[in-house]
Amino acid sequence: MKYLYYPGCSLRSTGRAYDESLLAVSKKLEIQLEEINDWNCCGATSYVSIDEIDAFSLAARNLALAELQSSDEEVNLIAPCSACYLALLKTERFLEEVPDVSAKINSSLYKAGLHYNGRVNVRHPIDVLVNDYGLENISKRIETPLKGLKIACYYGCQSLRPYATFDDQYHPMTMEKIVEAIGAEPIDWSLKTRCCGGSLTGTIQEAGLRLNRFLLKEAQKSGAEIIITCCPLCQHNLECYQERISRFYDEEINIPVLYFTQLMGIALGLSEKEVSMHRLFKKPSLKRFSQKGAAAHAW
Amino acid sequence: MVSTNEQSTSKNSWEPRIVAFFCNWCTYTAADLAGVSRLRYSPNARIIRVMCSGRIDPQFVLDAFSKGADGVLIGGCHPGDCHYIEGNYKALRRVQLLKRMLKDMGIEEKRFRLEWISASEGERVKTVINEMTEQVRELGPLGMPERFADWDKELDILEKEINRKGETVDA
Amino acid sequence: MHGNGHKEDIRIGFYVCHCGHNIAGSLDVKSVAEYVKTLPGVAVSRDYKYMCSDPGQELVQKDIRQNKLNRIVVASCSPLLHEHTFRIAVEKGGLNPFYFQMVNIRENVSWVHTDKKAATEKAKDLARAAVQRVFSHKPLEPKHVKINPDVLVVGGGISGIHAALTLANAGKKVYLVEKSPTIGGHMAMFDKTFPTLDCAACILTPKMSQVKNHSNITLWSYSEVTKVDGYVGNYKITVKRKPRYINEELCVGCMDCIEKCVYKEGKTPDEFNAGLSKRKPIYIPFPQATPQVVLIDREACIEFKSGHCKKTCVEACDRNAIDFKQQEETKEIEAGTIILATGFKTFDADKVPYYGYGKYQNVYTSLEVERLVNASGPTSGEVILRNGKTPKMIGIIHCVGSRDKRTNRWCSRTCCMYSLKLAHLLKEHTDAEVYNFYIDMRTPGKAYEEFYDKLLEENVHFIRGRVAEVTDCAVRPEEEGKLIIRAEDTMIGIVRRVPVDMVVLAVGMEPKEDAQDVRRMFNISCSTEGFFLERHPKLAPVDTFTDGIYIAGACQGPKDIPDSVAQAGAAAAQALSLIDRGEIELEPNTAFVVQEECSGCRTCLTICPYNAISRDEEKQKAFINEALCKGCGTCVAACPSGAIKQNLFEDEMIYSEINGLLKLTSTECC
Repeated sequence: MKYLYYPGCSLRSTGRAYDESLLAVSKKLEIQLEEINDWNCCGATSYVSIDEIDAFSLAARNLALAELQSSDEEVNLIAPCSACYLALLKTERFLEEVPDVSAKINSSLYKAGLHYNGRVNVRHPIDVLVNDYGLENISKRIETPLKGLKIACYYGCQSLRPYATFDDQYHPMTMEKIVEAIGAEPIDWSLKTRCCGGSLTGTIQEAGLRLNRFLLKEAQKSGAEIIITCCPLCQHNLECYQERISRFYDEEINIPVLYFTQLMGIALGLSEKEVSMHRLFKKPSLKRFSQKGAAAHAW
Repeated sequence: MVSTNEQSTSKNSWEPRIVAFFCNWCTYTAADLAGVSRLRYSPNARIIRVMCSGRIDPQFVLDAFSKGADGVLIGGCHPGDCHYIEGNYKALRRVQLLKRMLKDMGIEEKRFRLEWISASEGERVKTVINEMTEQVRELGPLGMPERFADWDKELDILEKEINRKGETVDA
Repeated sequence: MHGNGHKEDIRIGFYVCHCGHNIAGSLDVKSVAEYVKTLPGVAVSRDYKYMCSDPGQELVQKDIRQNKLNRIVVASCSPLLHEHTFRIAVEKGGLNPFYFQMVNIRENVSWVHTDKKAATEKAKDLARAAVQRVFSHKPLEPKHVKINPDVLVVGGGISGIHAALTLANAGKKVYLVEKSPTIGGHMAMFDKTFPTLDCAACILTPKMSQVKNHSNITLWSYSEVTKVDGYVGNYKITVKRKPRYINEELCVGCMDCIEKCVYKEGKTPDEFNAGLSKRKPIYIPFPQATPQVVLIDREACIEFKSGHCKKTCVEACDRNAIDFKQQEETKEIEAGTIILATGFKTFDADKVPYYGYGKYQNVYTSLEVERLVNASGPTSGEVILRNGKTPKMIGIIHCVGSRDKRTNRWCSRTCCMYSLKLAHLLKEHTDAEVYNFYIDMRTPGKAYEEFYDKLLEENVHFIRGRVAEVTDCAVRPEEEGKLIIRAEDTMIGIVRRVPVDMVVLAVGMEPKEDAQDVRRMFNISCSTEGFFLERHPKLAPVDTFTDGIYIAGACQGPKDIPDSVAQAGAAAAQALSLIDRGEIELEPNTAFVVQEECSGCRTCLTICPYNAISRDEEKQKAFINEALCKGCGTCVAACPSGAIKQNLFEDEMIYSEINGLLKLTSTECC
């Protein structure tokens, strides 16, 4: 299995744990990820609200580069960050469905000596793991089943809205299926697609923290030991403000927030170091699962 | 045999002409539903109603092509839904054979189509007719009557030549 | 044009209908009429405002007489709508009704095309095809078929009951087949009915016992139709009678056996109470069940599971009605007409997980609440929640599974009114604050809007906005331990969070699970949503495309009790009109073998789905039994020697249509 890979900026900065763990898991599962050469910003920044066409053009350059790099009839491009995933997917759809937008984007690409032919299929890693690789195949390769570990799966907004390509928009279950496949226990909670606060944590912090607290509290209340997510912004928001929330609301909030790939990696027998557990502020206690001494050494 | 079709003679005003055979119970009813629902679709198909898609003789299709149709569409009930139990299966069998024959005759695949459209699928009538019109438009006129006329002319010339040779030999 | 006119002098009358603006608004009817006038054989060509009106039909008849017309072509709406009307008009004018052809320029042209020029061209093409077709039309005699006066009614809900009683009271013999162990349907589960608030049982159970006691009705409950053969007037129906393991003749419904069952408590969710209570393996759906006969659930009964039960039920029955060896029975009946009243199912609330059904115990469906407020229900009419408490705040969510692209797009028509009824009943029973969350209030019906007004005065709250979710995640202290309904209040433009103790989901109405199978078995159609399709939405609302089969009640689309009863009456009247006529004219579109041309090859024998073709071994020719032929024409297309012809659809007619459509006159083609 071979896919093109678009990491995006977050995965090379605050979200490095996601990048490293996804690559490690893919390697373990023998899924080849080939990074796009010379990729640039996906356009999901505030650029969209200033000039949508320019933002689309940025994203389209990545799509055009992906096409250059693969001779497959259908080029599967994995974008793990939810914001990148949506920006690229939206661009792909607009190029296909809205002729005048498509014309403008292509004229921008032309100036850069590029052209987009519509061969790229933007994919989310969850989608690829569940629908291409298959849950059964994942289960087969589990070395350390995470038995009894209670997990709250958190999807955030952009991985499923507005385009629900691999799951239900309001009540997704794919990450839960992965959790089951690796032997852990997904908890049932209703906030898995509720807002994590987005960039509000950096602008109107009080509002951001309120949204954030709501999720953390509910996950804790539902008995989850760990929250897993598939978005670097969600992970950052949920993990980094816990102490502030505890202080502000005068209540105990303490729950590790992992990328789903990190948890998968542990179950697949990778060491904590290999899935970059050291990059987290709040480390989960997974000692009871580490069969190999090596895993403990890695700290 | 003289064709009096004005449409295909002038290239600019050419519009695809599709002859559609619809079964009474499913597809014809679906076309009525499309009408009642005021769905808008391209005016290029002309519908002939038959009781069952099983009634459609492959010769009807060949005749339509030879008389100037650019496309032929057959509409019947979904498998298992035929008002006459299994007429649509018979239609399917004939269509399979006919498709091979048309291919051998050099008639493009997209000019001939079989669709299962149930009485509730007015929307499908619209989609299929629109799609087919566009596909046939891309292929351009089939022009069988004109081809026949050309072939007739060639035959006439050939015949005359043979006759002339015969005369000289006789002389 | 030369030739063809030899046999007789063809004089065609052509009429193009304006249909008000329906046709004339989208195509140039005058130019169609003028064009057709120039075609060979056309003696008269006119346009008229409404051809189907009396003056329109008289116009045709006058022309037939004055202009000696012998073929008529009318270009108007679909033949499925008015072909019959015009054939009668032609016959009244003194011509054989089959010297007529209809051109569909409304459903197939004016209603679907916007380009007036192209539409006019298409209408001309279609008209030309029909004009050329009628040259080869022949005079035909319609086939007459006797109507068996017995009627089969499928489904014993209020619609089926009403239809069966109407027919039985008119002296007709009726077979009423019901799938479940009792008749009564959904209505039997309801407490009160809107807007009058009269008790459902009080108005329904007398009708149920009338059915049981009527000498003209044969009631087969716990039975299913498995096969339908034959045709209008002469249907042959196979009915499977599932074993109840109780002799229906002997059981008097004393229920002693139920009490004495080795199970002291029921363990199986009670279907009649929407699963809110448990029943024993031997049970009766409810005390007034009709027939009043118990039955044994094979899946739950110890005797069936292990064979080692003490069989206390058998001891308890002094009439020896229990029979563990009872077998499924197959009955064959004959009926001339069939009424389908197979009902609906409610929307499955699991499909909208954001409303928390199945997750939060105090989220109920409306059907469950019907049982909860019912005096004969699991709580004897006391509204006690699954957590044992009485609710103080109740939220009713409208349009669950309705008016939503993600689930069903249609409005289920009854939910607004039954939600109002439930709001009233819940308030009456609990004195709780009741909130209705609605998109639009739809109360069209006699005294319906007045009922809504009454509820407003009863201080029931109405919030206009679609509910986003039901959650137990408390944000404010007053929300702790409650279910919170989150919705946008579109009247004041804010998002509301309403904490409640009980949520009622007003689930919509859907086609029954087996609607598609039933449709296939009875050879009728379904509309896009999956409800049974009526022959015409306005003019033939209870007929189907299959003669002699009628539909009534919610199997045709969501409707309330008054509408279901009205439709059931209409279906019964349609059946009666056919029965009392005694016979029906069938389309004479049967096939026949031209003996001289038949080579006796047997190709057609295997192709006919009705075994209507046989081979005379002496003459070595095929024969078609006209009574068995249904006129599909499949054999015609299959005959290698072209010896089979189908009336009304002869090859010649279809070829002339093809040629006509492609602007070739009939001489140019052959």
